[in-house]
Amino acid sequence: MSGNEALALGAFEAGVAVASGYPGTPSTDILENFCQYDGVYAEWAPNEKVALETAIGASFAGVRALATMKHVGVNVAADPLFTAAYTGVFGGLAVICADDPEMHSSQNEQDSRNYALAAKLPMLEPADPAEARAFVHEAYAISEEFDIPVLIRSTTRLSHVEGIVEPGERRACRTPILNREPAKLVMLPANARQRRQDLADRWQRLQRLAENTPLNQMILRDRRIGVITAGVAALHVQEVLPDASILKLGMVNPLPVERIREFAGQVDELYVVEDLDPIIETQVRALGIACRGKEVVPAIGELSPTVLRRAFGIEPRHPGFPAPDMPPRPPNMCPGCPHRGLFFNLARLNVFVSGDIGCYTLGFLPPLSAMDACVCMGASIPMAHGMARALGAEGNGKIVAVIGDSTFCHSGITGLLNSAYNGDTTTVIILDNRITAMTGHQPNPVSGSTLRGEPAHEVDLERLCQALGIEHVRVVDPHDIPACHKVLAEEINREQLSVVISRAPCALLPEVRKAPKTPLAVEPTACTGCRSCLRIGCPAIVWTPVTREEAAALGLPRPDKQDGHATINAMCIGCGQCVALCKFSAIQPKEVS
Amino acid sequence: MATAGNILFCGVGGQGILLASEVTSRALMAAGLDIKKSEVHGMAQRGGSVVAHLRYGDRVFSPLIEHGGADVVLSFELMEAARYLPFMHPKTTVIVNTQKIAPPAVATGKALYPADPLAFIREHQVKVIPVDGAAIAAEAGEPRAANIALVGVLSTFLPVAEELFIDILRQRLPRKVEENLVAFRRGRELGTP
Ligand SMILES: Cc1ncc(C[n+]2csc(CCOP(=O)(O)OP(=O)(O)O)c2C)c(N)n1
Repeated sequence: MSGNEALALGAFEAGVAVASGYPGTPSTDILENFCQYDGVYAEWAPNEKVALETAIGASFAGVRALATMKHVGVNVAADPLFTAAYTGVFGGLAVICADDPEMHSSQNEQDSRNYALAAKLPMLEPADPAEARAFVHEAYAISEEFDIPVLIRSTTRLSHVEGIVEPGERRACRTPILNREPAKLVMLPANARQRRQDLADRWQRLQRLAENTPLNQMILRDRRIGVITAGVAALHVQEVLPDASILKLGMVNPLPVERIREFAGQVDELYVVEDLDPIIETQVRALGIACRGKEVVPAIGELSPTVLRRAFGIEPRHPGFPAPDMPPRPPNMCPGCPHRGLFFNLARLNVFVSGDIGCYTLGFLPPLSAMDACVCMGASIPMAHGMARALGAEGNGKIVAVIGDSTFCHSGITGLLNSAYNGDTTTVIILDNRITAMTGHQPNPVSGSTLRGEPAHEVDLERLCQALGIEHVRVVDPHDIPACHKVLAEEINREQLSVVISRAPCALLPEVRKAPKTPLAVEPTACTGCRSCLRIGCPAIVWTPVTREEAAALGLPRPDKQDGHATINAMCIGCGQCVALCKFSAIQPKEVS
Repeated sequence: MATAGNILFCGVGGQGILLASEVTSRALMAAGLDIKKSEVHGMAQRGGSVVAHLRYGDRVFSPLIEHGGADVVLSFELMEAARYLPFMHPKTTVIVNTQKIAPPAVATGKALYPADPLAFIREHQVKVIPVDGAAIAAEAGEPRAANIALVGVLSTFLPVAEELFIDILRQRLPRKVEENLVAFRRGRELGTP
């Protein structure tokens, strides 16, 4: 099973009763797997802060609780996280954060271990799926014994790696109870000062645990090279330096200071190999122990056997062959994606597009090239507001914000409230495709269903925006390019804040896939090869070069001038966006034979 | 047949690569081997270039194949095979589906699809087995069985008995099992010359 399946299994076996999270690659499928076990409660929260606060509440009520998120989600959840270290727990509380070194699907590659250090929380880092399952058990034992939330760090190469895992029995869930202990749970200064001191005492005990826990393993082999390492990096080390001695840390905060000294004393040359920041290395150096780390092993991007071989100057069996020069294949919006129509229009309205994160961020790519900024979830609306304030009258009619439905619920609403409150005049476009598409179709508060697919309240975006103070709220169909263009142009030119809800379901949703479709085709005798339809960048529309003879044989309208024509391939689902782009009416419903 | 090996699966998001790598890893596990398989989800999957690493042996540490370390490359798309040349060595076998999918620059007429992508690989004397997955699938009566035909070719390079592999396919395939098995067996014929 995968690392994420193993984390879910571990949580189930450990008797976790309540789990909450917000999707984010590579963490998403932890909760999706966990919710399928009997006798557990799990939900998607609108954002990571709400998820963690829900888990904290469940822990306060005495049961074992879990929050899951990707690394950047920890930024959002950081506020409750820091103070939960003070309050501690009743039922065990674990927070799984999945880092994404190399940024396979993220906007940055921050190292979550920094949070363990900053918030003074113990952190475990499993290396493979079998450890992932086992470490979750450990995390809950530590959390309850030391009265503290425990962080578990995963990375892409754990979460989405398959390995062999032996399942075990489920522990009975703890009985929930309403504990009223304000001195522990009400963090106002007088209480918090006490809990701060208490945290220092708990920390000392955790440091002693780190020295003795079997989570940290010392393997002494050849003494010439010793490597301190953790998580998946430890596996790469064993691959590339099979004879080296290693101290593999399963608990990466706090560090086992005495064991590190002992290990350093046994080896001639000491290295630290860790994914991303020099967290272990810096602490080892602070102990006055000489070691080599980031001066040889990169701090940017993910580690791999290839990278480590280079770092240690060890010849591979074969270096591989150079990659040929070929056109790249970046990700693209799907055929029939509603976002494409909206961005096609934005590209033609000559506006600065303050963007956000989701599938629609792909609107940045050519040929649409219709996004000018994207920082983090929810930033689109306040960034547009800040730009408008900076530009004054200069900015009128030139700035729009685009934000997906899940992102709007995550952290867009407060931004929009601010824009209304502070008299903003920009245009905000909510790309409502009914689902959290980017991360693989997790329902959110607009979807009308829960994590387990049960019916749920569906937020009314129009009324929500009106209640926030937006007078002009309009809904458009992004597949209807001309009508959508007209509404966008009107709202962008309006000298008042307005919201345009661009609403059409994601093309990959089952209801769209199963609906009857009329795919489109290009009639060659009408296609002049003007390439207008290619400007929309749909993967179903393909430019097909032809020779003069082929042009004549196909009956192209300008056989001696045309070097090609458009064709529409089997990926077409008939969304119809491209029909309006062809001035020659060459795009027609496909004749079904 | 080696009891340790590295298989790189590559192609374009949406081609059934994850299912193919999953049945292969399950078959290897059923044969009593340790495995690690690594793939990437999310943004990368949206029609982009997709890759999965599968390693097997008595004990596998790292989930990632090294440059120059792939014993078999199974490519679901013609030009994608050449993109992974850095993972190949002179004894690599490349099994490649002859289907072509135009990347965005080609589809918009800004670049040309390479005239003979396999030449990039053959230039290094690496063995290439081209497979018309779509034709085999059509013959087998299930147009979506191209990936299973390719797995059939791959299976002849693995230390897994045919019957065991077929058992796993029966367990994992969602539908049209018999048609898929026809495609699988046809693939095996291509792998064993
Ligand atoms: C703080 C944070 N949490 C999670 C993510 C992962 N993530 C990126 S976009 C996104 C949601 C996208 O959904 P939506 O806004 O509905 O757009 P769609 O993909 O459906 O177009 C998520 C969960 C992130 N980048 N940052």
